[in-house]
Amino acid sequence: MTARIERPLSPHLQTYRVTLTMALSLIHRATGIALYFGTLLLAWWLIAAASGPGAYANVQAFTGNIIGKLIVFGYTWALLHHLVSGIRYFFWDLGYGFKANEREALTWGALIAGISLTVLVWIIAYTVGGGR
Amino acid sequence: MSRPSSMRTPLGRVRYLGSSHSGTTDFWRQRLTAVAMTVLIVPVIVIVLMLIGRNQAGAAQILGSLPIAIILVLFIIASVWHMKIGMQIIIEDYVHNETLKLASVMANNFFCIAVALASIYAIVKLSSGV
Repeated sequence: MTARIERPLSPHLQTYRVTLTMALSLIHRATGIALYFGTLLLAWWLIAAASGPGAYANVQAFTGNIIGKLIVFGYTWALLHHLVSGIRYFFWDLGYGFKANEREALTWGALIAGISLTVLVWIIAYTVGGGR
Repeated sequence: MSRPSSMRTPLGRVRYLGSSHSGTTDFWRQRLTAVAMTVLIVPVIVIVLMLIGRNQAGAAQILGSLPIAIILVLFIIASVWHMKIGMQIIIEDYVHNETLKLASVMANNFFCIAVALASIYAIVKLSSGV
């Protein structure tokens, strides 16, 4: 093994002034991690539906109480935010939206759209099913 | 590189060998699955909303219908593939110990394959009407 050469490192996150796009980049990653583990909930729900009434009642008991509702609400927001935030990356991948005002607009748009869509889905959910 | 067998630098050894043409596979698949989910999310949300307030029998009947089962299976494949790539990027960004990194990447693969197979199995079982 050769001795490790101490090369200069890129400064860490806390060196930089917090910007909106930086915050949303972190939130994009954080919601991605949340959705990753949230798939366990979805898998549990599907397996319960395939297993029988008792197993399904357990899922409904979980999503029916306040903590379960908060988790599902958070999951809905994480999913929809990650979706609209991800659509920003399509613009950037294609080479558009890099001007300061454009990237700010895209990022604010994603933040607002994510919250609005979540509220909209839950309004529909309550209208259709009267709550879970 | 444990024992340098020649005087050539690492850069000199790889230069002019051409592109491997495989460096962007994960980048491409992450976009491919992202576009797929952007399209599939609308029917998936409609399906979930249809299931609210129903008991197991009602839910099983809806989940067992062919178009709904196909949409859900497509969504599961796209989302699990997407999250497998995403988590691997996070691991490669933050886990610097080589052994721990390999173990984490492996665990990530196991987790994603297990979630995908369990979910798809459940849908297939519902579709077969058992």
